[in-house]
Amino acid sequence: MASNLTHRNRRRTLKAMHFVGLLLAMMVLCVPGLWVVLNSFRPTVEIMAKPPVWIPNELNLDHYRAMFGGVGEGGVPILTYFRNSLVISVTSTVIALLVGMGGGYAFARYRFRFKGAIFVGLMATRAVPGVALSLPLFIIFARVGIIDTHFGMILAYVAMNVPFTIWLIDGFFRQVPPELAEAAEIDGCTRWQAFWRVEFPVARSGIASAGIFAFLTSWNEYALASQLTRSVTSKTMPVGLLDFTSEFTLNWGGMCALAVLMIIPALILTFLVQKHLIAGLTFGGVKG
Amino acid sequence: MAQVQLRNVVKKYGALEVVHAINLEIADNEFVVLVGPSGCGKSTTLRMIAGLEDISGGAVLIGDRVVNDLPPRERNISMVFQNYALYPHMTVRQNLGFSLKIAKHSQPEIDKAVDEAAEILSLTPLLDRKPGALSGGQRQRVAMGRAIVRHPDVFLFDEPLSNLDAKLRTQMRVEIKKLHQKVTSTIVYVTHDQIEAMTLADRIVIMKDGYIEQVGTPLEVFENPVNTFVATFIGSPPMNLLDGVIEGGQVVLADGTRIPVPPACHGREGQAVQFGVRADNIMPEGHALPPGAHMAGVEMTVNLTEPLGTETLLFAELAGTEVQAKMLNPRPVRAGERMVFQITLDKCHLFDAETGLTLKG
Repeated sequence: MASNLTHRNRRRTLKAMHFVGLLLAMMVLCVPGLWVVLNSFRPTVEIMAKPPVWIPNELNLDHYRAMFGGVGEGGVPILTYFRNSLVISVTSTVIALLVGMGGGYAFARYRFRFKGAIFVGLMATRAVPGVALSLPLFIIFARVGIIDTHFGMILAYVAMNVPFTIWLIDGFFRQVPPELAEAAEIDGCTRWQAFWRVEFPVARSGIASAGIFAFLTSWNEYALASQLTRSVTSKTMPVGLLDFTSEFTLNWGGMCALAVLMIIPALILTFLVQKHLIAGLTFGGVKG
Repeated sequence: MAQVQLRNVVKKYGALEVVHAINLEIADNEFVVLVGPSGCGKSTTLRMIAGLEDISGGAVLIGDRVVNDLPPRERNISMVFQNYALYPHMTVRQNLGFSLKIAKHSQPEIDKAVDEAAEILSLTPLLDRKPGALSGGQRQRVAMGRAIVRHPDVFLFDEPLSNLDAKLRTQMRVEIKKLHQKVTSTIVYVTHDQIEAMTLADRIVIMKDGYIEQVGTPLEVFENPVNTFVATFIGSPPMNLLDGVIEGGQVVLADGTRIPVPPACHGREGQAVQFGVRADNIMPEGHALPPGAHMAGVEMTVNLTEPLGTETLLFAELAGTEVQAKMLNPRPVRAGERMVFQITLDKCHLFDAETGLTLKG
């Protein structure tokens, strides 16, 4: 009895400590985000207050109003930035996914010369920090004349994302047994049909997660975009944040409001696709 | 329905030849089992018939058509894979109807064919489940259902039972045999399990290292193996082989034991041979079947026994080789006991020691 009781107590204590640990970790992760959201609704005085005001006295939409307001009233061309971000992120994600599917499938299924070396080479490109490339890219883009264009940004982001999508999708196709496509071919499919009707749906979750990662990378990227975009025609939202800095002031409230607008689409997308992110879809197709 | 012919079929991977110019004719509605140890080329041969592997040389014919260069979908075959290869994102109904849907049959037609196949394999209650929610045996049945829905010319089975436990395997073996009776069709079945081969096949094809060793009905290959490989591969326990030399119409074993040359076997004086006898044909005196015309007696020491209920397997030693013998109406036997055994010579074999080929007939 007594040993049972101590055992149960120890289990409860462990559980409580586990909970507290998780809570602390979550707070560290979430506080900056919540702080951004909170600040976007508070007057600048309160944001800048020292010591910090933890519980807001007043919440309003002033920063949002100003942001959407005209130039000169603290407004920025937010809708244009949003459109730029969307066009660049979506297009580069779609292209990176298509190339990633082709490449990942090839790496997973076929044998060809220098396969290992090519794969390592692709991964090595990920080791180079994007900022290090910004100057060479800037010079080349300027020469070719694609600086400050959607096309240039899409090109840069596709190059950045393709190694990653290939690597991720390769892993997912490896988990799809080759017999599935063979069975489909025997059932009357062409090679192409076997891919789209059987292998693609089975690997869908993996492709979706590769898509999310690629989208978020492009959506949030700042370092390259700040170099390769100049004007309203191609500036993305992260670069747009800089519009809130001027020679003598920093409009923290406006920045936070724009940051919130940036977070929302990413959140929505993640929620939409998260059911595909649950792995284990292939379970049961082959021996259990 | 159609016959299948392999004419000098070769498979090479680069410079490595894994199937060496094999010839085989499979009749319409015949159940043929390709059997052999792993790596013998049996699965590769099956996959060449299916069109999943390129054919490096020779010709494969299904019906009267050479199908060498036809993709799998144009060969009108269906195949059951070792790991079932069910489409995990589709329900059982969709899995079964997939081939008909691809062939653009109308929905009522598909439903009818699926219901029919589900009926034959008792899958009706499972039609709306996904493969993940099925047991191993049920998945196996779905895989077979997917194969029969299309009424193909030829069914191909690639080790379909090897992922099931022993009890289920026996059960599915019976189901496959029943299925063959119901949907009379040509079947090519690959397995490494000689018991499956013996119980299912109309004809067995025994393969080794990319060559066909012997083709025949189960009884033919059991009773008249052409070489020592077939002799030891088919039948359980495997045939005992004893090294010896022919001297004066007798086989003299290493320890000087003399056994008469079995009837219908021929060998030169002084030829090195292997004397082959199955456990069923070497039994202790008093525990054997009524003696036949040609018998020979040997005395052996029993080292180990395996009681199986109606019979007991005795592991004894003769001329330095372990010999398995069978004891009917068993009594307990002590290890180390010396017993006299009777060999039924009519059922024994003689093989050339060098080539391994039979010297019988």
